[in-house]
Amino acid sequence: MENILQAIGIENYIFLSVMLFCIGAFGVLYRRNAIIMFMSIEIMLNAVNLLLVAFSTLHQDAEGQVFVFFSMAVAAAEVAVGLAILVSIFRNTGSIDIDNLKNLKG
Amino acid sequence: MEKNIALVLVLAPFFGFLFNVFFGKKAGKTLVGLVGTASVLVSFLSTLFFFSALNANPSQPVVVDLFQWISLEKFNVNFSFLLDQLSVLWLLFVTGIGTLIHLYSISYMHDDENMNKFFAYLNLFVFFMIMLVMGSNLVILFIGWEGVGLCSYLLIGFWYKNQDYNDAAKKAFIMNRIGDLGLLVGLFIVAYVFGSLDYKVISEGAYNTQLVSNNSGLIALAALCLFIGATGKSAQIPLYTWLPDAMAGPTPVSALIHAATMVTAGIFMVTRMHFLFDLAPQILDLIAIVGAATAVLAASIGLVQNDIKKVLAYSTVSQLGLMFLALGLGAYEIAVFHVITHAFFKACLFLGSGSVIHALHGEQDMRNMGGLRKVMPITFWTMMISTLAISGIFPLSGFWSKDEILLTAFHSNIPLWIVGSIASIMTAFYMFRLMYLTFFGEFRGTEEQKHHLHESPALITFPLIVLAILAAVGGLISLPGNSWLNHYLAPLFRKAHEAHHLDATAYALMAVATVGALIGIGIAYSKYIKKQEVPVQDAEMKGFASVLYHKYYVDEAYDVVVVTPLKKLSHFFRNYFEVAFSETVFAFGKIANAIGTQGKVLQNGSVGFYLLAFVIGMASILVYLFLV
Amino acid sequence: MSLLTIFYILAAVTLATGFMTVISKNPIHSAIYLVLCFFSIGGHYLLFNAQFLALVHIIVYAGAIMVLILFTIMLMNLNKENEPIKSIASVLAAVVAFALLCFVMLAVFIKAMPQIENYQSSGQDYQSIKVLGKVLLNEYMVPFEFVSILLLVAMIGAVLLSKKQKTVE
Repeated sequence: MENILQAIGIENYIFLSVMLFCIGAFGVLYRRNAIIMFMSIEIMLNAVNLLLVAFSTLHQDAEGQVFVFFSMAVAAAEVAVGLAILVSIFRNTGSIDIDNLKNLKG
Repeated sequence: MEKNIALVLVLAPFFGFLFNVFFGKKAGKTLVGLVGTASVLVSFLSTLFFFSALNANPSQPVVVDLFQWISLEKFNVNFSFLLDQLSVLWLLFVTGIGTLIHLYSISYMHDDENMNKFFAYLNLFVFFMIMLVMGSNLVILFIGWEGVGLCSYLLIGFWYKNQDYNDAAKKAFIMNRIGDLGLLVGLFIVAYVFGSLDYKVISEGAYNTQLVSNNSGLIALAALCLFIGATGKSAQIPLYTWLPDAMAGPTPVSALIHAATMVTAGIFMVTRMHFLFDLAPQILDLIAIVGAATAVLAASIGLVQNDIKKVLAYSTVSQLGLMFLALGLGAYEIAVFHVITHAFFKACLFLGSGSVIHALHGEQDMRNMGGLRKVMPITFWTMMISTLAISGIFPLSGFWSKDEILLTAFHSNIPLWIVGSIASIMTAFYMFRLMYLTFFGEFRGTEEQKHHLHESPALITFPLIVLAILAAVGGLISLPGNSWLNHYLAPLFRKAHEAHHLDATAYALMAVATVGALIGIGIAYSKYIKKQEVPVQDAEMKGFASVLYHKYYVDEAYDVVVVTPLKKLSHFFRNYFEVAFSETVFAFGKIANAIGTQGKVLQNGSVGFYLLAFVIGMASILVYLFLV
Repeated sequence: MSLLTIFYILAAVTLATGFMTVISKNPIHSAIYLVLCFFSIGGHYLLFNAQFLALVHIIVYAGAIMVLILFTIMLMNLNKENEPIKSIASVLAAVVAFALLCFVMLAVFIKAMPQIENYQSSGQDYQSIKVLGKVLLNEYMVPFEFVSILLLVAMIGAVLLSKKQKTVE
């Protein structure tokens, strides 16, 4: 089978990743809802994963994919703990609007 | 085996110190005293082991290498101990007299609430003194030197609630520091010239004519600096003024530290470094002159003092002066001999005075004593023996050692002999003045004191008796013509010292010295027994006596010349420089504070804002890394 | 249908759903869009012929993480459009930062583009499940085990955090 990169080219993947990443970043900045911010962070992570796989294919090296595997594991752990924190915050304050969380104010 | 015993020797008092510091309060006074005394006794027994080993094999001093301490390219200092004739001799009387004085203190300090602290300090002192004596190089000597200075400070100011005593402690410490600086500079010069501070290496270097002739000036300077160190510790002119004030400490401290052991450290050091001093004859002359001057000056001050311990203190300074006179004349063995006999009779005298003070509940003024002979017979007789010994009456120990010093002086320099003789006549006078005022005549204290007069308990009298016996027979170790001490110390000195032959001159000098002592005693007898005189009150003193009583106004002169300008300088620095510096430093603090106050606004608690800053920061980093 | 066409379709889906995730008012809708986004990224992985990753991606993200998020949303009863109106300033700041980041990153990659060499097939197998398994369990044995510990710790932490606290009076 013809390789994808011969047909598409690495630059398209780079643009895709960058745009996806920026959408994620925009979400983090734009939204105040903590869960949606979480999802945006997942989008950013996936953008990076995608780029890693693209370069792994470019260099024909399995290590990039192994790295993606690890980053997925970390993402899973992060979501588990993060959501637990969110639940706990919600229990205590009745809201997950980050604008209400100003206890760390200097 | 030897290493372990040496470690026991050194560390036993240290463990005593640790025990008394950390468990003393809980352990109770009996246990504190027992542990304190036993730890020094253990050291004494270990010393006896080394003494016998050394006697069996005189040419083989024991060297105990513990570890390499400072290691530089061309300069090494080992942490090691040297147990040769000199250090073992010193250890013998430090730990021996130390044990007796610890024993004495059990009873003497029994009513003090801080008895555990007292024993802790005393043990620490013994530990440092052993370090000082046992070190195989000048650095370890220096550790001990500083350590005993510290303990001296702590013990002089032991009754810290009295501000005068604290001042005396500070004075002792500062005076010692001046001397210590000299010692330190001396160490640096020695290290520079000889490339090492080990006694063995230095002594080898000192016999290397090439090295010596290239550095003769530096060596003389080193000897001078070391001697300045010795004047501080051993209370010689010009640094002697701390020792009389040091009598503020408890009496056992005066006996142990300020009479028998610590103040002889200077003599020990000079004897230890004798090869260096031999190379600098001009410094030896200086030592002899300073020693003789100190002897006569201190003795003259002692003539009119009324505080029983002050008299003994000036007597100590005077006797130390005589020892330095002997050192300056190159007669190191004789100085050592006098150190030993002096340790016996002066410790006995101090402990005896402590016994008197104890009986009078803290009264130290001799004008309020008198007639104690009948109430305190043991104290009286032991002190009498020691007084006779210090006055140089045949055949007690002081006679032999003092006579040797005067004989040596006579052979090398007549004026020094005259000065030394005058000092010893004065000694005889003021010592008997002390005895007459304290033990003869009628009791002059209050009725209440009279009611409570008693002989001290056995724990106090036992050390007195032992020391009196030693003071009586101590002279036997170095009889002229057949000196065990000279023979014992011979391996230390490369050029064998000629023992004085008992010729006509020697007999004549002995006779002169004895007659001199008898004259001093006679004057004291006629003044205080026949005429029943009692020294006048402070205000009524006139003329030269007043000058003497005020110690030639040396303290006041030091105040004017050194202390006041120094204080003014300090005030100047405090009022101007310190303000300037602190304002500069504060200004930085204020700037940081202002920045912080402004920066605090940034931390407004809004996560969105943080994220925005985060994104912008990341973008800037990317720009910096990849685009610029 | 050429690969390029498939790529464009997938990329369009990815970006569109991603964007919808971000701007949907309702969190449930966001989550659904995000699932779609993940599926399209899985499609990209398949295009790369990285079957193992594609499967793991679907299982972990769409299967585990999204379910977790949906559960949380439902648990908190957030399926309402109750987000307060944002101020113009914050929206503006978000847009400006987004644009800045987008611009900078694109600039960086465009600058780096000449240095990226073109794809040349060596013909070796490097990404089949077999090969990946060997790499993962030989060279990356220790990190692999650490990942298991990490997940265990995360699990314990999550349980501990979300446990109902005993009220301290």
